[in-house]
Amino acid sequence: MTVLSPPAAAPQSAAQPHDEQPRRPRRFPWGPLALLTPAVIMMAVFIGWPLIQLVIMSFQEFGRAQIFGAPPEFIGLGNYISVLTDPAFWAVLGRSVGLCLVSVAATMVLGILIAVMMTKLGAVMRTAVSIALLLAWAMPALTATIVWGWIFDTEYGLVNWVLTQVTGESWIGHSWLSDPLSFYAVAAIIITWGAIPFVVFSTYAGLTQVPGEVMEAAALDGAGGFARFRLIVMPYIRSILLVLLVLQVIWDLRVFAQIYALQSIGGVRADTNTIGVYIYSVSMASGDLGAGGAISVILVIILLAISAYWIRTMLKQEES
Amino acid sequence: MNARPRRFVPRALLNLAAVVVILASLFPVYWMVNTSLLPASAVRSEEPHWWPDAFTLRNYEAALGDQGLITALLNSVAVTAITLVAALVFAFLASIAVSRYRFRSRGAFIIAILVIQMIPAEAMIVSVFRVLDGWYLLNTIIGLAFVYIALVLPFTIWTLRGFVNGIPAELEEAAMIDGCSRIGAFWRITFPLLAPGLIATGVFAFIQAWNEFVFALVIMTRPDSLTLPIWLRAFVQVTKATDWSVVMAASTIMAVPVIVFFLIVQHRMSSGLVAGAVKG
Repeated sequence: MTVLSPPAAAPQSAAQPHDEQPRRPRRFPWGPLALLTPAVIMMAVFIGWPLIQLVIMSFQEFGRAQIFGAPPEFIGLGNYISVLTDPAFWAVLGRSVGLCLVSVAATMVLGILIAVMMTKLGAVMRTAVSIALLLAWAMPALTATIVWGWIFDTEYGLVNWVLTQVTGESWIGHSWLSDPLSFYAVAAIIITWGAIPFVVFSTYAGLTQVPGEVMEAAALDGAGGFARFRLIVMPYIRSILLVLLVLQVIWDLRVFAQIYALQSIGGVRADTNTIGVYIYSVSMASGDLGAGGAISVILVIILLAISAYWIRTMLKQEES
Repeated sequence: MNARPRRFVPRALLNLAAVVVILASLFPVYWMVNTSLLPASAVRSEEPHWWPDAFTLRNYEAALGDQGLITALLNSVAVTAITLVAALVFAFLASIAVSRYRFRSRGAFIIAILVIQMIPAEAMIVSVFRVLDGWYLLNTIIGLAFVYIALVLPFTIWTLRGFVNGIPAELEEAAMIDGCSRIGAFWRITFPLLAPGLIATGVFAFIQAWNEFVFALVIMTRPDSLTLPIWLRAFVQVTKATDWSVVMAASTIMAVPVIVFFLIVQHRMSSGLVAGAVKG
């Protein structure tokens, strides 16, 4: 069979005169390409091709008329100009960034604190915390949103009941989702709740790499708890925290299911959109695919710029 | 020699904090199941019912009696099954190529699968919608499955590649010296060792396809082609004010398969995304 040609060491062994398969000089690598073909075709057709279409479309006038067959017309940067001069776009972008920053900050701070706490706990407690966090992590984002929506329900929600008990005033009937600010607060709670476990487990994995002897030595030399954390632990977990930060920013900036589902439980769509939901409403609900395309391209550029650090880290690992 | 660092936080306070974390993590999951087991009257009572003291399965009966849920469930199962099988096979072949061969376009391929993972689905809905529309694949299970396969392949290839890397090629070479063919050596030696990796990536593909929301929302719009998350979202909008208990039963039906599968492979989920950064 010629499908599988020499494994990992191929280039070096091909250069040696006494190769086990000497009749194969360096040639076009049919073997690996045949193996890659199905995956490459799927990704090229269903991600690559739409991506090219997206960029083209963002330079075209593409509205309802074009959906029904009229030929699209190139209008240069028209879509970008109208999007970037639209105050609604900036309002949505600002709200998305705000929600993302609050959620990421809460996730990272709480996640790191819980991870440090786990290193100090006894074995039983630590296992219990792990299992609880795992369950939260496994919960689908959509069902989590619906449950939190029920907890914050206007009439029979638990939060309103507890507030009524604690404050003595009646909170029953208080709507958390109709005011945009408290809508975002609930959204931030849902996002943070779902994101913390991943941060905890990754940070904890990094913390367990810190050698105990070094910490003991530092303690003997008189380093206090905070100094030990800053000078010894931090260098060990710095790169993992940066990767987590990048991933969290990206995931929270493009949040969709939570916001969209929360809007259907309550909340004014126009005042509570984030960038992902905004793309959906501009292109699918309003039918302006050209403007939707332009916003999409802008979002892709923002996210790829942020993720450059993550991609570099993963490539470095691949090389080593 | 006992030079343990001095304790800054007393043990009791630490355990208290741990209990708070446990409760905060578990409570929403518990509350979903608890509400789903209570009759509507108990859910709407003055005092919350902290455990299913008025136990009933009627909510599950009502949810499963809804033709919409059954249709959506079957659609989700079909899409997920196709995605799972195709993604596993394609990712398996590709990971062998990336891990066992050195070829010129390998670097470009690896960069491509990393970059694709960072492209937001939200930005792709418009053009994927148009592309599928052009090929008459809107509202079809196979159309949605194609998108999901492409969507999960980058991560599944990346994860499986790590597993293949962990199996020394020398094992295969030894089997070949003992008279195995190259393919035979691969099937008998490497493939069985790869089983945990295939399970982990398979579960990932399952969870992705089962939970996916944005593309399903755009591609599957006919009532008979909805997937479970899309149906559930619409169901919440219609019934939330009247019947939270049935909504919670439907949510539980959607969440349980994911939670079970997730717990099977949890220890492998995080390593793929941050493995490069863990080694100090």
